[in-house]
Amino acid sequence: MIDTIRSLGRWGLGVFERLGRGHLLLLEILRGVPELFLRFSLVIQQLSSVGVHSVLIILISGLFVGMVLGLQGYNTLVDFGAEESLGVLVALSLVRELGPVVSALLFAGRAGSALTAEIGLMKSTEQLSGMEMMAVDPVRRVLAPRFLAGFISMPLLAAIFSAVGIFGGFLVGHGLLGVDDGAFWSQMQAKTDWYEDVLNGVIKSIVFGFVVTWIALFEGYDATPTSEGVGRATTRTVVHSAFAILGLDFVLTALMFGDV
Amino acid sequence: MPLVKIRDLHFYRGNRAIFDGVNIDIHRGKITAIMGPSGTGKTTLLRLIGGQLHPDKGTIEVDGQNVHTLSHSELYELRKRMGMLFQSGALLTDINVFDNVAFPIREHTKLPETMVRDLVLMKLQSVGLRCARNLMASELSGGMARRVALARAVTLDPMMIMYDEPFTGQDPISMGTLVNLIHRMNDAMGLTSVIVSHDVAETAEIADYIYLLSGGKVIEKGSPVQLKRSSSQWVQQFMQGLPDGPVPFHYPGTDFSDDLLNGEVSA
Repeated sequence: MIDTIRSLGRWGLGVFERLGRGHLLLLEILRGVPELFLRFSLVIQQLSSVGVHSVLIILISGLFVGMVLGLQGYNTLVDFGAEESLGVLVALSLVRELGPVVSALLFAGRAGSALTAEIGLMKSTEQLSGMEMMAVDPVRRVLAPRFLAGFISMPLLAAIFSAVGIFGGFLVGHGLLGVDDGAFWSQMQAKTDWYEDVLNGVIKSIVFGFVVTWIALFEGYDATPTSEGVGRATTRTVVHSAFAILGLDFVLTALMFGDV
Repeated sequence: MPLVKIRDLHFYRGNRAIFDGVNIDIHRGKITAIMGPSGTGKTTLLRLIGGQLHPDKGTIEVDGQNVHTLSHSELYELRKRMGMLFQSGALLTDINVFDNVAFPIREHTKLPETMVRDLVLMKLQSVGLRCARNLMASELSGGMARRVALARAVTLDPMMIMYDEPFTGQDPISMGTLVNLIHRMNDAMGLTSVIVSHDVAETAEIADYIYLLSGGKVIEKGSPVQLKRSSSQWVQQFMQGLPDGPVPFHYPGTDFSDDLLNGEVSA
């Protein structure tokens, strides 16, 4: 019994210690962000590997999610004779919820895991220590540009996801199921509010981008410098990011749309 | 006055004392070797000197500055005058040899690219790898990677350079090249060198002074000749690489015959 309590206590202390280290690292990263505007080429390099390389998976996934929404939405709406509202259903589902959430989950799997593995391997091959001894702060030189790139990329990827998804919904709704294209687009435009829907979706994706990139960088920087340690850190990035995205999505949705 | 002055150094990992009251002086312009069996904390000592680790007790002064009371920016200023050669080379794997050597120059100076090129080529020429400048780190052998790392470590003309196991895992030609380079660079550039190693013959060949560490303490110190003449059995076992002696060949435990006759089957 005592052993169980002791191990529970040790686990709790470990969790809080990691949380503390994570926040200290975030503080260090944020301190390094302003000087990046003088060396923006470092961020552009990372925008390419973090953002541009994630575009394909976002495009394909967005298209299929939109097409599925179109099919499912039509089957429900047609019972009420409201199939012309398909555009609204697809657009609101994507812009408010699925765009930010699914693209963040994909971003965590594609870019987040790659960031953790890259930083973890740099640590295990002493590249980060080497930089420190060359009087180059690895947090500012390596982590901060990646953080800013993730933060900038996420809302853009979510926007691409939503746009392609709406197009997928239109393809199925109009091309396959015969929904009137004029009704699809005009109802979508009329019922989708810029501030209420689009901007709230953008705020969600900014928050997710911040959190996923932070988790990915921390896990890599804090990884045990062995191949097994880096492997475990990569898995943790995906799992913790998924929990954080879904948990924060509930909180943000409640704040934005829940009237609580 | 020594360039590096270590006094009463204590450092623990958990309850295990890695250093238990160590005093070391590293004199300017000399090659000082820190030797000892694996696991005695030789690499840890370099990280302590470089300010990457903090001692539990004691002080480390480099060029008159206490490394562990410096602010972040003061420590980074000091590190610009210290070079370190890691065992793996620690080259950045996403850029080529040229960019690796140019990295500290580009980070710390605003020199025009033509001058950066000249400086890098001079450093690469001195380690014999000028024509390998377009290779990536993954295309280099272990010895070549260490030579590139050496060129990178001296690009900013530091006052001292620390070598972490520079000879481990090298073939005889690479070993000879590295021994020669370390010696030549120390003399030509007026460096102060600290070599951490357990390769006795190579290190003793170029070191001016040797500290032997074991069990968290300095067991013996002196010039290579003095150490070879030491009356200590431990020093003789280490310097001559004898398989048995004060450091036993067998892991401590029960008597062998007892174990055979009375030991449990699952043991």
